[in-house]
Amino acid sequence: MSFINYSSREINCKIVYYGPGLCGKTTNLQYIYRRTNPGQKGKLISLATETERTLFFDFLPLALGDIKGFKIRFHLYTVPGQVFYAASRKLILKGVDGVVFVADSQIERMDSNIESLEDLGINLTEQGYQLEKLPFAMQYNKRDLPNVIPVADLDKVLNLRRVPGFEAVAVTGKGVFETLKAVARQVLFELKSHY
Amino acid sequence: MTGSDLVMYEEEFRKIDTELQKLHQQSNAKVVFLVDKNGQLIASAGETHDIDTTSLASLTAGNIAATGGIARLLGEKEFTILFHEGEKDNIHISLIGQRIILVVIFDSRSSLGLVRLRVKKAAEALGKIFEEITQKVEKEKGEGKLEESIFAEISDEDIDNLFK
Repeated sequence: MSFINYSSREINCKIVYYGPGLCGKTTNLQYIYRRTNPGQKGKLISLATETERTLFFDFLPLALGDIKGFKIRFHLYTVPGQVFYAASRKLILKGVDGVVFVADSQIERMDSNIESLEDLGINLTEQGYQLEKLPFAMQYNKRDLPNVIPVADLDKVLNLRRVPGFEAVAVTGKGVFETLKAVARQVLFELKSHY
Repeated sequence: MTGSDLVMYEEEFRKIDTELQKLHQQSNAKVVFLVDKNGQLIASAGETHDIDTTSLASLTAGNIAATGGIARLLGEKEFTILFHEGEKDNIHISLIGQRIILVVIFDSRSSLGLVRLRVKKAAEALGKIFEEITQKVEKEKGEGKLEESIFAEISDEDIDNLFK
């Protein structure tokens, strides 16, 4: 659910990074934070455990620029990936405008990817959304590791909607901004179709 | 999905601002601000210069969401008021009309009783303004006025420019 403010001439949209535990959601946000000009970003907030596992969410506000005199702001959130944080994950999806699913490309994580994607679908439905209709981008992360599944196979299993999919190595930044851009584009065009 | 987007116009924004300034003054608060349940800051009043209001807004919404989750587990609909007490500063958070969060930060110059009293009055006024906004958006959508908004002209190029 976007916030369109004609008074301050701002449009705020919420994008959520979803995916199994340790797939690199927080790493995506950390890279975006490092590579954005100070004037374009706020603080990166991480509600994490002592071992740096996300406990509730990470939050990064981005103001990338203007469109037709309106400042476009994206609020990026990650969910806690670990299975037992299901209740928290559900809350963070409230009011979402677009979702990035970060998949872990390693063979042994395939089951976790599938489980997390199903969890996403269920949680969205509970919030009154349909994954099929939401702006959505897919990221295949950790492509630098030796034991990865070919992208074509990942696509076949995870990307049933055939949304834009990107190979990524979030620690080095490969594919990170491409993914964000793909979902941002869909979010803005979705707004266009409604207003 | 976007049926419940929050749209804010100049006129209503001014009304909200006036209410917040009034609440800030009458409750002797340090800062007063209004947040959408999804974590977007709507308006603020008071000493906001040394506060990261964007982060505060997001965390407040997270707080309300988590508390709402607890409420439902207990069979409550919602906990409409939260209060955190600190050594110097205290924070009073309340829900207005299930959608908007009103946050008041205050210190020893005020008291919880005074804040609660003033918040109650302000909440009524703010609730009315947000109802007006909803009606206005519905009306304008019905009349097709919003179609001439900026979105009509958004192009691929505009989006590319954001990521340069």
